[in-house]
Amino acid sequence: MSLSRREFLKSSAAASAAATMGMAVPAELEAAASKAEKEWRWDKAACRFCGTGCGIMMATKNGKIVAVKGDPAAPVNRGLNCIKGYFNAKIMYGADRLTQPLLRVGSDGKFDKHGKFVAISWKRAFDEMEIHIKKALKHAGPEGVGVFASGQYTVMEGYAAQKMMKGGFRSNAIDPNARHCMASAVVGFYQTFGIDEPSGCYDDIELTDTIVSWGSNMAEMHPILWSRVTDRKLSDPKRVKVINMSTYTHRTSDLADIEIIFSPNTDLALWNYIAREIVYNNPESIDWDFVKKHIVFAASPVNIGYGMRRDNEKSIKGGKYTDLEMETVSQEMKHTVSAKEAPALKPYGYKEGDVMVNKPAGLKHWEIDFAEYKKFLDPYTLDYVANISKGDPDEDINEYKKKLKELADLYIEKGRKVVSFWTMGMNQHTRGTWVNTLAYNVHFLLNKQAKPGYGAFSLTGQPSACGTAREVGTFCHRLPADMMVKNPKHRKIVENRWKIPEGTLNPVGNQHIMKIHRDIEDGVIKFAWVNVCNPYQDTASATHWIKAAREMDNFIVTSDGYPGISAKVSDLILPSAMIYEKWGAYGNAERRTQHWRQQVIPVGDSMSDTWQWVELSKRFTVGDVWGAQALRGKNKDGSKKSLPDVRKKAYAMGYNDDTTMYEILFANKEAKSYKIDMNAFPQKGFDNSECNGDSRNVVGSEGTVFTGYGFMIHEYLFEEYASFGRGHAHDLADFTTYHRVRGLKWPVVDGKETQWRFNSMYDPYAAKETKKSGNSHAFYGGLAKALTQGDLMGIKDKKKKGLKNKAKIFARPYMDPPEMPDKKYDTWLCTGRVLEHWHSGTMTMRVPELYRAVPEALCYMHPADAKAKDLKQGALCWVESRRGKVKARVETRGRNRTPKGLVFVPWFDEKIFINKVCADYTCPQSKQTDFKKCAVRIYPA
Amino acid sequence: MKENEQNTRRDFILDMVRATGIAALGGFMWSAYVDEVTASTLLLRPPAALKEEDFLRTCIKCGLCVEACPYDTLMLATAGDNKPIGTPYFVPRDIPCYMCPDIPCVPVCPTGALDESSVTKDSILDVNTIDMGVAVIDDNSCISFWGIQCDACYRACPLLGEAIAIKYEKNDRTGKHAFLKPVVVNDVCTGCGMCEKACVTEKAAIFVLPREVAEGRAGNYYIKGWDKEDEKRLENASSIKTTTEISKRSAMDSLNDGLEDLYE
Repeated sequence: MSLSRREFLKSSAAASAAATMGMAVPAELEAAASKAEKEWRWDKAACRFCGTGCGIMMATKNGKIVAVKGDPAAPVNRGLNCIKGYFNAKIMYGADRLTQPLLRVGSDGKFDKHGKFVAISWKRAFDEMEIHIKKALKHAGPEGVGVFASGQYTVMEGYAAQKMMKGGFRSNAIDPNARHCMASAVVGFYQTFGIDEPSGCYDDIELTDTIVSWGSNMAEMHPILWSRVTDRKLSDPKRVKVINMSTYTHRTSDLADIEIIFSPNTDLALWNYIAREIVYNNPESIDWDFVKKHIVFAASPVNIGYGMRRDNEKSIKGGKYTDLEMETVSQEMKHTVSAKEAPALKPYGYKEGDVMVNKPAGLKHWEIDFAEYKKFLDPYTLDYVANISKGDPDEDINEYKKKLKELADLYIEKGRKVVSFWTMGMNQHTRGTWVNTLAYNVHFLLNKQAKPGYGAFSLTGQPSACGTAREVGTFCHRLPADMMVKNPKHRKIVENRWKIPEGTLNPVGNQHIMKIHRDIEDGVIKFAWVNVCNPYQDTASATHWIKAAREMDNFIVTSDGYPGISAKVSDLILPSAMIYEKWGAYGNAERRTQHWRQQVIPVGDSMSDTWQWVELSKRFTVGDVWGAQALRGKNKDGSKKSLPDVRKKAYAMGYNDDTTMYEILFANKEAKSYKIDMNAFPQKGFDNSECNGDSRNVVGSEGTVFTGYGFMIHEYLFEEYASFGRGHAHDLADFTTYHRVRGLKWPVVDGKETQWRFNSMYDPYAAKETKKSGNSHAFYGGLAKALTQGDLMGIKDKKKKGLKNKAKIFARPYMDPPEMPDKKYDTWLCTGRVLEHWHSGTMTMRVPELYRAVPEALCYMHPADAKAKDLKQGALCWVESRRGKVKARVETRGRNRTPKGLVFVPWFDEKIFINKVCADYTCPQSKQTDFKKCAVRIYPA
Repeated sequence: MKENEQNTRRDFILDMVRATGIAALGGFMWSAYVDEVTASTLLLRPPAALKEEDFLRTCIKCGLCVEACPYDTLMLATAGDNKPIGTPYFVPRDIPCYMCPDIPCVPVCPTGALDESSVTKDSILDVNTIDMGVAVIDDNSCISFWGIQCDACYRACPLLGEAIAIKYEKNDRTGKHAFLKPVVVNDVCTGCGMCEKACVTEKAAIFVLPREVAEGRAGNYYIKGWDKEDEKRLENASSIKTTTEISKRSAMDSLNDGLEDLYE
């Protein structure tokens, strides 16, 4: 984007954006924000919690946040909130808020892994980090330094972290907790559209006739969106249908016309059943004109394993896994085809009892023809699918079949608008990528995608899983704006923009969040830093990772506002400024970017994660990190993998061995052009602890009072990040505009946001692509857009054929998960959330009202199962898997009603540490853990 | 270890309360007791308690129900509580009744002050039939009535969907959201108070009151013509002689009064 166009945007975006949204610029609110109103001040912000992205207003009085209100001007929520949002004013003021850096020390005052935490200075904290990072780099190169990143980072924090990690340390071992929540959706988007994030937006709710929720308890997890769904249902109760697809009954069933309780993992079969109904029994419903112009069919290998450790890995060979655990882990190498999955695998040449030898296959896929896709669909008859998928043993099979047929009919019905929503049920899945792509299949065949009121729509869990984790690219394999570390062109673009030498960036990006844990257990990673997440509570097979952190030679740092499990497991704890104590931005599930200003000065000596990263960058110079670096593994020619010495190129760029990463990455000439201007909007009247310091006079990383960077670092980080996407279908408006409006859905082009991507009528990028053809759509994403040709069994013609502006329909079969109930572990365990609590509960368990409402996690089970296991309502039971056990109270009533053979335990409660029980198998393509199913036994405690 | 400690502590408190109870019966604090009887109409009693008057007559303040409660829900009133000393009660905002299916507090009652037969259906204890009170919603302070997506009470209700239901209404102000308002179904509500405990407002917007206090009563002389179920009330219907200001004198007396007022 040219400068003049940017200038134009700056001046006009606010007004025109507001105009396109059909709203007046909220002038009165603006005025209220800029001048103190009596004793308090209202200013806009985004809700701290889920991916819905509700707009809120914060009231500040005497330097503290005292109240919150839903922002009536926010299009998502129009002044409403759920009860987590209702308590935003209370989340920062828990009595045990961390206020100082804390280090484990021995009696001599030196760091001691087995010592107790004592308060230390920021300077000492950074001294220790510097020592241990250097040690880790020396030990294993850039792959020895890891970061547990977050979908709850602000955009700027995530960008700063990624810049220092990838540009500074040349380590791609930075991966967010968002990996656990929507990586399967991402790979689904990449494989299907060639570009990340949903085509539709929340307006689809008001426009559709049918809402199908797949593996998503929207009523509790996206309450404000659910109230929009409810309103839609009330508007036209006869026409509008709501269907809940789940493995147990939950609150989303309340409003549902049809509830389908299916057996875990069989959503794969259900999607293929609908597709089969279309292709075999209702071929006239296929929009061939659309399909021929916009779609190709594709297949991929099926023997891809389950994302577990393989038998050649150090900790497996070293005996760190018990025989019981190995019963499941062994599936990673070999799997015996079951009677349940055999019909689905028949087109791939497998029959029941065959041993499938699993091999890592990456993201490989190839084009097939429609006849081959049709052959693939053949097994998914109503009989087969109903038999394997019926999840409630007490339900009559014929009743169940009737419901499946009704479901398919609703999708197929001509003129019926359908939106499919999903979250963790489809994403946390050992075939998560597959099931995501299967959703688009059905919508594509019917031409019911990327149109107002139509579409398969992945909802996100975290407030900035889209904005930060995905768009900024704080994943091990990503760079900003859908660029990839393994693509040399993309690396070059980033290196140029960051003004770092060509060859600096590491092309190997495989240390996803489970790999980081496993690398710590294998002794590869010796320094890990936890940012805005709680990986030692939120990761499955938790015992392994905690043991590795506590008992091995490594240094774990946690930045947090509160002492959660991760802080407790760490060696060093850094007190982080919480959300409204810093300038920030989040991006929600409908591509809406929302900014806020620092409302108050942080509690204690806490400082933002941006500040922590920038301060750390002062400790590392060109000489420290840009010499040649060793990597694991070997190149094709047998030589050891490594990163080149780029120091010479750095000298040529005017840097020397002593130039710090701070000077290069953060306090460069461009950064300094973003001026502090306390007399102008949006800075006027607002604190800015990073840029100006603040009244606390915090003694910083250099042992002196931190007085600020002296330039507007938040704006710099945002604008530099945004520059990657402008002109590349990720266009964001400028920093100041976002402070005037209630968020904008990208791409924001000529001041206008985009409601439906890929649709020529709404998306300027699609319009450009279809100017000549006059096509209705252009799926213009650029990733994996040339395919080899083959059939279900494999590639037959290695010549790649381009598929510009096309999307893909994938043949992907039903397969069993790697662990299923058997005689000993006879019950499915599903985990999830409750409305009252956010994630690991570090914030919401400190809000007295929310704590009172739901003080502990319960084990929801069927009354008949409880009786059979000699368990009374309210009694304590053990929930035990091959990996570990926890004690929880039995609940046979209430909000979640499970069918016989399945229990549900939420994971927010650190006292009921259910992730000790869960297994760390993942989708082998997306690397997202399946927290939704493992086998347990339940018995009285 | 911890459990033992707790038990010991509870035993100690129980003993103390029993002692004061006995003292009170001895007439030591009789005057205070009288005041407390009037206050007791607002007390929530354990499951299956007789009507308050009969309960007070029958309960011997032995504390066995309190001991049987696995959740420490039940307490014995102590001197100065302004409650009938030694009698069991509970405060749901602190600890609600968790509705154990085997209702352990009831069968242990030696006097029938907690009447097992009132919670027995087809000779099986049925916790859903207990009636300790009824939940009442203050829709002014209930944030669900503001449009906030709360319903914490609904999700906390052990008879979710039955004792507390959700009423859906369009929110015309926003034009695209719905109210999800909790509604108590009085006949089903057991008064366990799990809703009151879960309520997220500063002072609970949903709270349990003794049924006598919370509910009005329509007479049995009018039956809803549109509701077959309502016919049941006919069982208690009988003709009643009515008296008003105008009818309190006999017809003869009023007829024989002077007529002057009518035409002068």
